[in-house]
Amino acid sequence: MSNGTVKDHLILIGLNHRTAPVEVREKLSFAGRDLDPLNLFLAIPVVREVLFLSTCNRVELLLVSREPETAVELSKKAWGEANDIEVSLFEKHLYYFRNEEAVRHLFRVAAGLDSMVLGEPQILGQLKEAYRRAAERRATGVILNRLLHKAFSVAKRIRSETGIGSHAVSVSYAAVELAKKIFGNLSGKQAMLIGAGEMAELAAQHLLNQGVSKLIVANRTLSRAIELAKQFRGEAISLEEIEDYLLKVDIVISSTGAPHYVLSAAQIKKLMRPRKMRPIFFIDIAVPRDIDPEANEIENVFLYDIDDLKAVVEENLAYRRKEALRAERIIEEEVLKFKAWLEQLKVYPTIVALRRKAEEIRRRELEKTLAHLKTKLPPEDREALEVMTKSLVNKLLHDPIIYLKNRYHRDGQQVVDFTRKVFNLDGEAPLEASPPESIITELEKAPKH
Amino acid sequence: MNLFFFKLALIVYAIATVGYFVYLYTLKKEAAKGAYYTLLLGFAFHSLSIILRWVEAGHPPLTNLFEATSFLSWGLVLGYLIIDRRFKQAKTLGAFVLPVATILLVYSSFCPKEILPLPPVLKSFWLPIHAAISLVSYGFFILAAASGVMYLIQERQIKKKKLGGWFKRLPSLEVLDRINELSLKIGFPLLTVGIITGAVWAEEAWGSYWSWDPKETWSLIMWLIYAALLHERLAVGWRGRKAAWLSLVGFMAWLISFFIVNLYVPGAHTYVEWHG
Repeated sequence: MSNGTVKDHLILIGLNHRTAPVEVREKLSFAGRDLDPLNLFLAIPVVREVLFLSTCNRVELLLVSREPETAVELSKKAWGEANDIEVSLFEKHLYYFRNEEAVRHLFRVAAGLDSMVLGEPQILGQLKEAYRRAAERRATGVILNRLLHKAFSVAKRIRSETGIGSHAVSVSYAAVELAKKIFGNLSGKQAMLIGAGEMAELAAQHLLNQGVSKLIVANRTLSRAIELAKQFRGEAISLEEIEDYLLKVDIVISSTGAPHYVLSAAQIKKLMRPRKMRPIFFIDIAVPRDIDPEANEIENVFLYDIDDLKAVVEENLAYRRKEALRAERIIEEEVLKFKAWLEQLKVYPTIVALRRKAEEIRRRELEKTLAHLKTKLPPEDREALEVMTKSLVNKLLHDPIIYLKNRYHRDGQQVVDFTRKVFNLDGEAPLEASPPESIITELEKAPKH
Repeated sequence: MNLFFFKLALIVYAIATVGYFVYLYTLKKEAAKGAYYTLLLGFAFHSLSIILRWVEAGHPPLTNLFEATSFLSWGLVLGYLIIDRRFKQAKTLGAFVLPVATILLVYSSFCPKEILPLPPVLKSFWLPIHAAISLVSYGFFILAAASGVMYLIQERQIKKKKLGGWFKRLPSLEVLDRINELSLKIGFPLLTVGIITGAVWAEEAWGSYWSWDPKETWSLIMWLIYAALLHERLAVGWRGRKAAWLSLVGFMAWLISFFIVNLYVPGAHTYVEWHG
């Protein structure tokens, strides 16, 4: 405290899908433990602020401490103990980031640049939730509050200024995006699910979420169809009825286990006139394929098989990777800005000390003066004096404080040391010994002679 | 004064066109909004220039190539504004239509612009009705063609499974097809009325409804193409690619009728003759 530069360090310790297998990640996530990680880490004396983020792809601990080495060691120990796992077992999976690096990492995480699916938006929500919990527990302070808010706004900026979040990167979303470009609004459209399977059901669910009004489920075993229809609140039909229903539906998701085509191009072509040429979109995710690829040649018929969709996804990912480069540039810019703020934070103790000292002098001198007055001043006059002296002090301190803040980036600690010496903030010489004061008065009088 | 506002409209349309290009490239909502308000301003100037010219000339400004092309551009912008109100998800249409409106104005700015006394043959109650309705119908056919082109690009992207920048930028096939259909449904009746009023006027002026003059012939060809398209659309349910192509064929017929027949083939619509 003597030189006025207690430094707050940002520390980020964590592990993610690249550095650690899920068995390790889940062991450190406090899942199923009757213990709030925030309490655990806050109990460490050198830890000043905490944020704990745990998702299925990452577990991260963000700390503010003035003794970073100790904080890291103690946190790891507490982390391991609370989860019954030896530090040595998970230590090799951990990554550590300090200050600027920690800021950069957090910004990248928030923007989805560190995610398994590049640019995915869920992580931002999870980070917000983690922050909400920490803030409620009052585990965050000046630094983490500012950092997290900044991270959210950086993520938002990246989302709006780059294409990192555009273009579907999963097969089922890609299918929905295509459907939207064919039909415009999906509300009121009907879809048919032939066969079942995880991906097909996911795609069906996405379509329903997008406003598809009715889902028809066809299956070899009618009982399975009925079961699925119940799940999606749709209508179950048998495979034989498909052709009739093809006259009505707009989107068909097919994923049967049939060894041959379920629908031939000729069959589909025949349907188009009775359909009054209304477009129809086939999503064939079966292997081997269910629908004759020739069908794509028919006017107003659009057919995508699983490989087509995967190629779309791959292209979209390539696009996102390109956009990620632009996002990294934005992050660098924001990291610099945050770093400047962090730096500025270091001069705060000096500014506070400066203000406190000035205020002390002001109050003491004012009281002395008032005590010596013969007539007791009415309260309004006292108030006026208070205001006057306060503004005197503020105006006098304004420039040194601005100087401190601005010059710190360039001259660093020197400016702080100099300021502390000039104003004698560390109390080395007693305030009362004041030969300089008389010199100044002499000097002021001098020109009058 | 009318020419001052005409030039102003031309400049503002050009700016709006750039705005729509910026929107097409960036897809930023602000760009579309800015372009839209710029366009409204340009449309106001354009309308004012037509009104002022009417007042200055004392007859409807629809009598020479300059006036006709300018009015056509006005009708096209009017049609675009109507379509834009109806289809909110199709803002990139502006990037296809506004260049045409601007080019039409540039083209007309190279035509002779002086106001000449109205030739006796044009002194008729039918002049403003026949000419204005026909020109506005052309505006809608241009819109049908523009949405047709956009449809063909988008359809190709989806069919070829190459989902590039156009895929993202162009509206859905459904919306493009509906714009094409609506343009046709407005344009075709207008063209029909335009032809009928023209025939009535011809009967009054020359004593014969139809004389197979080249302009009449080409108008009839256009009418037949669009009639076929509308019939197929309504009766058979034609849509999509075929409809888009046919609206482009109709557009070609219009190009010939408007720019070649009007200028180089002698007849009642040969604008050059009137101030020759």
